[in-house]
Amino acid sequence: MISSKSKEEIYNIIEKRKNMETPLMMILSDIQNKFGYIDLEVQQIVAEALNIPVSEIYGVVTFYSYFSLKPKGKYVISTCFGTACYVKGTQGIIDEFCNKLKIKPGETTEDGLFSIDILRCVGACSLAPVVTVNGKIYPHVKIADVDKIIKEYKDKEVLMNENS
Amino acid sequence: MKIHNFEQFEEQITKNQDIFKEEVKDNKKVILICGDSGCVANNSLKLKEKFDLLINQKNLQDRFLVKLTGCFGFCSKGPFVKIMPDNVTYHKVKEQDIFEIFESHLLNNVIVERLLYNKTKDISLIDFYNKQKKIALDGCGVIDPHKIEECFAIKGYTALKRCLSSLTSLQVIEEVSESGLRGRGGGGFPTGKKWLTAYNQQNEKKYVICNADEGDPGAFMDRAILEGNPHSVIEGMIIAGYAIGASKGYVYIRAEYPSAVKKLEKALEDAYEYGLLGQNIMGTNFSFDIEIRLGAGAFVCGEETALIASIEGKRGMPNAKPPYPAIKGLWGKPTIINNVETFANLPFILKEGGVERFKSVGTEKSKGTKVFALAGKVNNIGLVEVPMGTTLRELIYDIGGGIANDKEFKAIQTGGPSGGCLTKEDLDTPIDFDSLLAKGSMMGSGGIIVMDEDNCMIDVAKFYLKFICEESCGKCTPCRIGTTRMLELLEKISDGKGEESDLEELDKLAHYIKKASLCGLGQSAPNPVLSTLDKFKEEYLEHIKEHKCRAKVCKSLIKYHIIPEKCHKCGVCARFCPVYAISGTVGKEPFEIDPEKCIKCGLCMSNCAFKSIEKTTGGENND
Ligand SMILES: Cc1cc2nc3c(=O)[nH]c(=O)nc-3n(C[C@H](O)[C@H](O)[C@H](O)COP(=O)(O)O)c2cc1C
Ligand code: FES
Repeated sequence: MISSKSKEEIYNIIEKRKNMETPLMMILSDIQNKFGYIDLEVQQIVAEALNIPVSEIYGVVTFYSYFSLKPKGKYVISTCFGTACYVKGTQGIIDEFCNKLKIKPGETTEDGLFSIDILRCVGACSLAPVVTVNGKIYPHVKIADVDKIIKEYKDKEVLMNENS
Repeated sequence: MKIHNFEQFEEQITKNQDIFKEEVKDNKKVILICGDSGCVANNSLKLKEKFDLLINQKNLQDRFLVKLTGCFGFCSKGPFVKIMPDNVTYHKVKEQDIFEIFESHLLNNVIVERLLYNKTKDISLIDFYNKQKKIALDGCGVIDPHKIEECFAIKGYTALKRCLSSLTSLQVIEEVSESGLRGRGGGGFPTGKKWLTAYNQQNEKKYVICNADEGDPGAFMDRAILEGNPHSVIEGMIIAGYAIGASKGYVYIRAEYPSAVKKLEKALEDAYEYGLLGQNIMGTNFSFDIEIRLGAGAFVCGEETALIASIEGKRGMPNAKPPYPAIKGLWGKPTIINNVETFANLPFILKEGGVERFKSVGTEKSKGTKVFALAGKVNNIGLVEVPMGTTLRELIYDIGGGIANDKEFKAIQTGGPSGGCLTKEDLDTPIDFDSLLAKGSMMGSGGIIVMDEDNCMIDVAKFYLKFICEESCGKCTPCRIGTTRMLELLEKISDGKGEESDLEELDKLAHYIKKASLCGLGQSAPNPVLSTLDKFKEEYLEHIKEHKCRAKVCKSLIKYHIIPEKCHKCGVCARFCPVYAISGTVGKEPFEIDPEKCIKCGLCMSNCAFKSIEKTTGGENND
């Protein structure tokens, strides 16, 4: 169940965009950005507010790779799979992340800490191969860096747990 | 601040024309730092912070001004810091260099030689820039995109003023047609012709859409334009609206470009504030609004009818053409869709005398310039704009500085997933719409990926096909299922299980898919396979007959091998091996890889300090 506070935020988003012609994509983008996912419950709220069948909204949400039905991990590791990165060896890096975290692209680790995502060109091709973690860009990543990147966030977690 | 008539607009232009000179009056200096996403990823915002900090500490705010600009173009040597009016540019600047630049150059006027590229102070003189010509990129890397006044200083919006004050809609369209401008989104369709179709429709509502979906993975031209000088695109869109009789425009931009969206939002705000957007622009009867619409990660939405469906809040599936959007587009109304770069060319073309100047650049059938995102295995990766007709050789060797790490050039890929590969033999091909098509590739939107001997062409074909399989919207069968079948065949070949008849099968499937698919995505999807089949058939045959991948990429066809004579018996490889496939005794026995267990991840090889591990393929050393 989503909290009444989240509900209110969703209504605010809808209210802000409502006067646009066919605002659905913009509303979904806002919700995705705000909450990190758009599950069925949220889709129902949007459906009612816009008077669109929820089936149609589900169709849209599942069509676009930017929208996600499930929450992602706390740290989203996005490996760039654009051509420039690919010819410089992204595949090996994705494989290594999957190997180390024991999940596949699109999945989240059991502890909810990491997800692996595949992105198509983040537009920093001169730094290929590129990995981003929650938006922070790691340039010229080598297979040997994968461990370090994962460790950086694991250490961060430990530190936060100790402090709290 | 709002501009109510043409005189007031001219006043703004006059008022701001010396803005750059004013900044550096009385010995003042301006520090320009590239604030494009590419350099930001390389820490350029930190550089600005650091300069600001030093300047504030010494209370020198009235002597130095730090600004963020758009892309300088020479991305692989970034981040750049340019000091004006001295016109000195430093490359690959790191945080720890700032203090030295500040103390030495800014305070004592001594240039920091070690940070100059090739000992050249004025970077515009180096080969990388020499053969370039800036039309669409005008202002990029020069102005601060957040300040519309700087855009006025380079005569921004003067083409709009000229159109509104002295040309009829039809005259604008005639000038665009006369200039020979062809769409930069890939197809190369004459822009004037598209506009004329929309102009001729009788409808009280028409729309202008800017296609900023930039789906080609490995391309960033449109993003760089929007981040470097968003006003050129806005101006182009307003002109288009005036020409076809539309009062509303949309920019459809991919969600993966958050900072481009932000800069565009700011630019739109500024344009509204000055009355260059909104009601009665410059006091005329013409009104125009622009709104941003976000994409959500679907390649097919770059296709115009799919893009329209997406704005309409539907799944981004294409529709059959005709009717073309210019006749029946967004919400069923006449709509023109043009690419970002196409719009960015318009301010140049529609200034007084612009048509002639534009026509003087380029080849007979492809006028003007083309912006490319040059990436892959070249030394100089970056954003370049060259006159049409420049050869691929000039692009790769003179501008791109040749192949990195002394490797051998193998192929150049243009047109992204819809394009094809060109080889050494094609290097003297002039870059224009028709020549590239004739050679079996295409101009595309401007992504250029250079490949060297370490790239396997079957693997590259597989990469593009996988992309297509994931991005196919699934509406039509040839594209949805045909491309999957093709991918299976390619996988079979790269797994070393291919047969010669598979090549014929690939060819046959490719032609069916091209003929029978609904939209451009499917119609062009087989191109990367067809072009590699055509130009690198040998490599395909090697995979099939000799189980050999000469680039040593296809995992099933390679083996890792520790050369016993070279092995230092340190055991580092064994420690890195994730599947415990390496055995030996530290200090005593050379280590050995168990081929049965090896998953070919390559970690051992990349961690061996003595280069004692090799990759072999086919008959080589494969006992
Ligand atoms: C699968 C597919 C993807 C496309 N992606 C883009 C794109 O990312 N950007 C773009 O400007 N045009 C893209 N196009 C071309 C557009 O459909 C359209 O032709 C173009 O935006 C027209 O603008 P122009 O005439 O200025 O080139 C794509 C076409 C297809 C078939
Ligand atoms: S291909 Fe990875 S950033 Fe462009």
